[in-house]
Amino acid sequence: MLHLSEQIAREIREHGARDYPHETCGAMLGLDGEDGREVLALFPLTNRRDDSPRNRFAITSDDVRAAERMARERRLELVGWYHSHPDHPARPSEYDREHAWPWYSYIIVSVANRHPGDMTSWRLTDDRSTFLPEEIVNRVSAPPTR
Amino acid sequence: MAIKLEIPTALRPYTGKQASVECEAATVGEALRRLTSTYADLRKHLYTDDGRIRSFVNIYVNDEDIRYLEKENTAIKDGDTISIVPSIAGGQES
Repeated sequence: MLHLSEQIAREIREHGARDYPHETCGAMLGLDGEDGREVLALFPLTNRRDDSPRNRFAITSDDVRAAERMARERRLELVGWYHSHPDHPARPSEYDREHAWPWYSYIIVSVANRHPGDMTSWRLTDDRSTFLPEEIVNRVSAPPTR
Repeated sequence: MAIKLEIPTALRPYTGKQASVECEAATVGEALRRLTSTYADLRKHLYTDDGRIRSFVNIYVNDEDIRYLEKENTAIKDGDTISIVPSIAGGQES
């Protein structure tokens, strides 16, 4: 279960709309606790796939390290990543699966003709065979305990 | 050589939540083999089925990317730190 506020969800959608028709991407910072995982802040990033930004995104190891530093500064954890699928459903592709890491939450937002739509979250299984959907819950109360 | 392997957050569930692991090894490749021998569930996330390090797995020795050194044959010495750092990629079906 992934908790995030309406504001966080809106920021992800707006980032997807700004970068349309290219895929957008960013890091999600938050806490991982007994009651689930919560996204408390975003770290928007630049899609480094200059060669094919309409259907691919890449976040370099330097960007990952920068996201980790930001998380530490804010006393948060790097809990996952978001990206958009321009004119495509918010479902992970085989390419997404092949390149995924376990443990992280992966949010995908569909953006059709610059209008953001469905938003889903996914987590890679331990055996890497598939993504399992992760329920997104709007956070309206206290964050999960650590 | 006694070295430290830094484990990224995403892989710590497979190392008993340890953020770093110490081991003895002469090369990066040997260190990674020892790591995946001790924590077997790490292997599929670090290596492809044909035994190559996955493209989105970046290995650094004291902040130097092994791609610019001797790759898995990079020699390591006492006190070195090997860091496993993710890069993130994906995208819709073509």
